[in-house]
Amino acid sequence: MSLLDVRDLSVRFDTDDGTVHAVDRLSFTLEEREVLGVVGESGCGKSVSAMSLLQLLPETAHVTGSAQFDGLDLIAAPTSKLRDIRGRKIAFVFQEPMTSLNPSFRIGNQLGEVLQRHLGLSKKAARKRSIELLDLVRIPAPERRINEYPHQLSGGMRQRVMIAIALACDPAILIADEPTTALDVTIQAGILDLMRDIRERLGTAIVLITHNLGVVADIADRVIVMYAGRKVEEAPVRELYAHPQHPYTIGLLGAIPRPGAADEQGRLREIPGRVPSLSELPLACAFAPRCPRADEVTRSQVPELAEVRPSHLVACFHPGRNGDRP
Amino acid sequence: MSVSANGDTPTLEVQDLVMHFRTGNGIVAKGATVHAVDGVSFSIAPGELLGLVGESGSGKSTVANCAVRLLEPTSGTIKLRGRDITRLSRREMRPLRRDMHMVFQDPYSSLNPRMTCGQIVGEPLRVQKLHRGKGLDAQVSKLFDQVGLRAELRFRYPHELSGGQRQRVGLARALSVQPSLLIADEPVSALDVSVQAAILNLLRDLQKDMGFSCLFITHDLATVEYLCDRVAVMYLGKIVESAPTKEMFAAPQHPYTQALLSAAVVPDPEIQRGRSRVVLEGDIPSPISPPSGCRFRTRCPLAHESAPASEEEDPPLVEFAPGHRVACHLVRAGTPAPALVDASELRA
Repeated sequence: MSLLDVRDLSVRFDTDDGTVHAVDRLSFTLEEREVLGVVGESGCGKSVSAMSLLQLLPETAHVTGSAQFDGLDLIAAPTSKLRDIRGRKIAFVFQEPMTSLNPSFRIGNQLGEVLQRHLGLSKKAARKRSIELLDLVRIPAPERRINEYPHQLSGGMRQRVMIAIALACDPAILIADEPTTALDVTIQAGILDLMRDIRERLGTAIVLITHNLGVVADIADRVIVMYAGRKVEEAPVRELYAHPQHPYTIGLLGAIPRPGAADEQGRLREIPGRVPSLSELPLACAFAPRCPRADEVTRSQVPELAEVRPSHLVACFHPGRNGDRP
Repeated sequence: MSVSANGDTPTLEVQDLVMHFRTGNGIVAKGATVHAVDGVSFSIAPGELLGLVGESGSGKSTVANCAVRLLEPTSGTIKLRGRDITRLSRREMRPLRRDMHMVFQDPYSSLNPRMTCGQIVGEPLRVQKLHRGKGLDAQVSKLFDQVGLRAELRFRYPHELSGGQRQRVGLARALSVQPSLLIADEPVSALDVSVQAAILNLLRDLQKDMGFSCLFITHDLATVEYLCDRVAVMYLGKIVESAPTKEMFAAPQHPYTQALLSAAVVPDPEIQRGRSRVVLEGDIPSPISPPSGCRFRTRCPLAHESAPASEEEDPPLVEFAPGHRVACHLVRAGTPAPALVDASELRA
């Protein structure tokens, strides 16, 4: 059985301008010790789906579907039950390390709070454990750092503190939402090494949400590509990069500047058009308006996910490198 | 001495640029000096694209702001097409503003929300008294067409446009007066990948058509490789290495450049997972008290090899190969730096 089993997760928001369908029937599983990469551009629903798992969305959100974890349906569970899961069994790391730490409390207090609340440690024991945790995320001189305030730390250090807080209760799942996006590349390399190390040593399963296909290539075992609230492709990481099937995935990979990515004229491959508005769910492939392979069928039916290669799912009427069935 | 020089008068020539900021006598720090830029020299030839690369806090944006005189440099000279503009007054600068324009990182805050996009693009033309009335309208429509925006978007306000469209408006505004120098400060880093590609392609096409020089500031090495003719790498207020793009990516010398190249992630698991990478210890030091001697020594994996020189003496930029300059104690003309990782692994 999977560690986390999400079925038909849909999220819509009621706004003044009408209903926004942020996530549409998303299903996925997460296995023990697995690093699952969730990739997509802004507004594709990757963050919203993660937040909905712990009921972290505002009241305007309507979440349907199920998410089985540890014998509990996270979507239907009462808040009282979720409190024991949030931060304890499933922990979050957010993109912006400055705004997700409280600027007016010392690092030690913020770490200790989690330990005291969830594990019932005494203040003294919490402090000792906090130092161990800072050491675990390779922060130098943890006994000194623990007395510092967030503003005294650099961006990379703050993100390490966030990871330390997330790991405080030895969670089964770590959900990292763009954990390295705000960081410089040399710092990013260190954080990715740290996450790899955590998975190896603690066996934590990681959901890595990112727009960066390079980061996913570095660390993920399996990848989900999302577009306009829907999962359009899913495959083991090497399979996805070697044999991308969905034209959107192929487009994304071609759009990244790197040697060999440009076409004969030395231009990067663009994806024309823009991400559709999510105010109405199209009864068609959401990518159709931007897709070079779009035809009548594409514009009139929603493609269902199908396994086109072993453990490689794609929601496209014309998958494959050139649009032919592989 | 400038980083590059060919026969023509450079479009932009920056010499020994120094920009120090005094921090106020605040509660936290009692008046300190931030050494944002410390002796930077480079030049950009007509039609050349120079990429200025560095991590946050390296001073690359400060260089750009000094070059267009948005900041008053502490010392050094800035020459635009051979003319010293370092100490010109605002009034004297005004006619020269035609010759250099800037595109900013954030397409949300760099456009006036109370002007229509057409007014925004036409403003430089109006201020420079190049076009007015019907002629202005026609010119603005032409510019919209050039940057790939539908003409009817002229009457829309910035908030009605997507990020990519807004950055096109920013480009149209910058290029409206046909400047000889475009300074682009992280113009695509706020955009989604698929939109980035379109803006980079557009910038490249426009440069080919119009022939302007460009100072392209970014933290992303892959973008530089795609777009620029030459690259200069900055670390803590100084240029540590500069070279033609091909050479820089084929044979990076400075340990920092090597680390930067090795840390960049490649979107291919087969390659990415087979590469070794240099993980730098610690963080970029504070520009309030930069390390003595070589500024990179506190994080340099090779620091022990160049000690004690690295602690005492700031390595000058020396010509390692034609057009390839490096500021490292371990690099002499013709003698390469020790490779931190195999050069073939640095590249995808």
